[in-house]
Amino acid sequence: MANISEVNVRAAAIPPTEIEVKLRRQRRISSTLRYSLLTIVGLIMIYPLIWMIGASFKTNAEMFSSAGFWPKEPTLQGYIDGWKTSTPYTFGHFFLNSLWIVIPKVIGTAISCTLVAYGFARFEFPGKKILFATVIATLLLPNVVTRIPQYLLFRELGWLDSFLPLWVPSAFAGDAFFVFMVIQFLRAIPRDMEEAARVDGATTIQTLLYIVVPMLAPAIISVCLFQFMWTMNDFLGPLIYISSVEHYPVSLALKLSIDTTEAFNWNQILAMSVLTLTPSLIVFFMAQKYFIEGISSGGVKG
Amino acid sequence: MAELQLKSVVKTYGNGFKAVHGIDLDVHEGEFMVLVGPSGCAKSTTLRMIAGLETITGGEVRIGNRVVNDLVPGKRGIAMVFQNYALYPHMKVRRNLGFGLQLRGTPKDQINAATNEVSGVLEIEELLDRLPKQLSGGQAQRVALGRALIKQPEVFLFDEPLSNLDAKLRASMRVRITDLHKRLREEGRPATVVYVTHDQVEAMTMGDRICVMKDGYIMQVADPETLYERPANAFVAGFIGMPEMNLFPAVLTRDGDLPQLTAGGQTIAIAEGLAHRIQTGNGPVTFGIRPQQLHVVAPGSEGAFTATISHVEFMGHEVNLHARLGDAQLVAVVPSDRFEKRFARGESVGLRPAGSHVHLFDADTGENVSLATAAH
Repeated sequence: MANISEVNVRAAAIPPTEIEVKLRRQRRISSTLRYSLLTIVGLIMIYPLIWMIGASFKTNAEMFSSAGFWPKEPTLQGYIDGWKTSTPYTFGHFFLNSLWIVIPKVIGTAISCTLVAYGFARFEFPGKKILFATVIATLLLPNVVTRIPQYLLFRELGWLDSFLPLWVPSAFAGDAFFVFMVIQFLRAIPRDMEEAARVDGATTIQTLLYIVVPMLAPAIISVCLFQFMWTMNDFLGPLIYISSVEHYPVSLALKLSIDTTEAFNWNQILAMSVLTLTPSLIVFFMAQKYFIEGISSGGVKG
Repeated sequence: MAELQLKSVVKTYGNGFKAVHGIDLDVHEGEFMVLVGPSGCAKSTTLRMIAGLETITGGEVRIGNRVVNDLVPGKRGIAMVFQNYALYPHMKVRRNLGFGLQLRGTPKDQINAATNEVSGVLEIEELLDRLPKQLSGGQAQRVALGRALIKQPEVFLFDEPLSNLDAKLRASMRVRITDLHKRLREEGRPATVVYVTHDQVEAMTMGDRICVMKDGYIMQVADPETLYERPANAFVAGFIGMPEMNLFPAVLTRDGDLPQLTAGGQTIAIAEGLAHRIQTGNGPVTFGIRPQQLHVVAPGSEGAFTATISHVEFMGHEVNLHARLGDAQLVAVVPSDRFEKRFARGESVGLRPAGSHVHLFDADTGENVSLATAAH
């Protein structure tokens, strides 16, 4: 020990050589450059969002007079007026509509995708390959292609201007992407635990509930998060199927405030946009840990 | 506890691959039966068919007096310990142990009592409130063992349970499992066990009887001594024993009654312990002798092959002497204390097989043709 500390002391006492000094300086310069570049690019990308938040506190007159994001005379007027909206309903009503679409859809997706993925990943049945190929094919099919047939179908069923066209496809594992994601995740989980449960006397459903679902939790949370964010932000779906303002979700309500006013009250629109973003952001940050676990382990085997 | 019977059990996979070719096996009540064989010999498949995790293509599996072919695993009265423990990762040890009982609808207080008893036996009381990821390999394996034990099944199934443990732990778990088996027997509730392993040391030390398998066939079922002393065929002879038995082609001739064997261009007479056992005529055979029964003598001695040393391995208490005889590579194990002379590579050495331990196998079928009575 004595020897080692002696060596250390001596090493510290020796002044760095010229080459060492040069290398150190080079390293410092290169990391300064690297981080400056990253910071600048990062700022450029996030600036519109920052600007939007800042601008939502500006007066309408100030909005386009400067590119800076910091309001000169901060005001909450945008939020107050925006919340009232130009319709008989407050923005809160549209938020509830959104949640009323999102929550059943998320629950339906989680349940149906887990069931379907479990079936594909763990059981052998006739026609499995063809069915799986079909699922993947719908994943590759652009959404737009199915819009018209779907619209006609739902019209025949008399489901227009209700939330059913938005809920039902998801409740039947209509989102092939999620099915695929859960299957990939399941494939990476060894079957031994399920076999142990079967030996312990569990039925297929008990195995799914007690063993598979808890192990799948990160994947299911990711599915819920994705579905939550995508549905919250979905514009086209509600636009096509929902016609009465009473049923509008926030995505349509935002557009409404642009349509109905001749001189746009940008601060109201931006204020409501900020509010619209908040639920997704909150949910994302709350579940971030599982979310990343879910998407990163889904693709990688082992 | 019950006996387990396999009658002409066949497994054919969907792609037409036949993994198990109609095997028959009786495991007696309270017996510790080891299934052993190289990778791909279908020992695990057989075990999984007994467990019900793999469908049975043909034949019959009986546990006690029930045919269980079409019963789900949970109804077969079995418990299984898996190679990678297969503990439920999200449940604490306590719940892992009690899960099977819980599914059966056992009242909570009984589950608790059983959990406490089993954890006492396996010394895992202090682990009850941990999650599987907080356990070491040995601890996890003990919990897996406890999960099987708590159900008091009719048959215990072990699928290479010690393969994931390091050598030292494996040895102690081996003792623990055999002790437990003995203890249950002494307590009057003998456990019927089927234990799959590819490790012959586990097989030899743990099994009451051992079933050696190869390519979906049973090669021999016998107790460890019989398996070692009287292997039914060349495969069993080569598989059981360390180092492997020397097996090489030879030609059997007789000088009167005295059997003579020619290998590598040399002919030796085996004076004792073989003549009365041979059940085959003159001709090509596979000669088998365990390295421990191949004695080192002076080159050219009577009854000894003269071989050329190719390699010497010092093992501590003994020395493995590798030598070439024609095309064949032989190994002789010599105790270190008798190994007075340092043999050098390329030197000639006499290797005399102990007559009573010589085995002759049919050159085509591999059948042992030097057993006094018919093979098993």
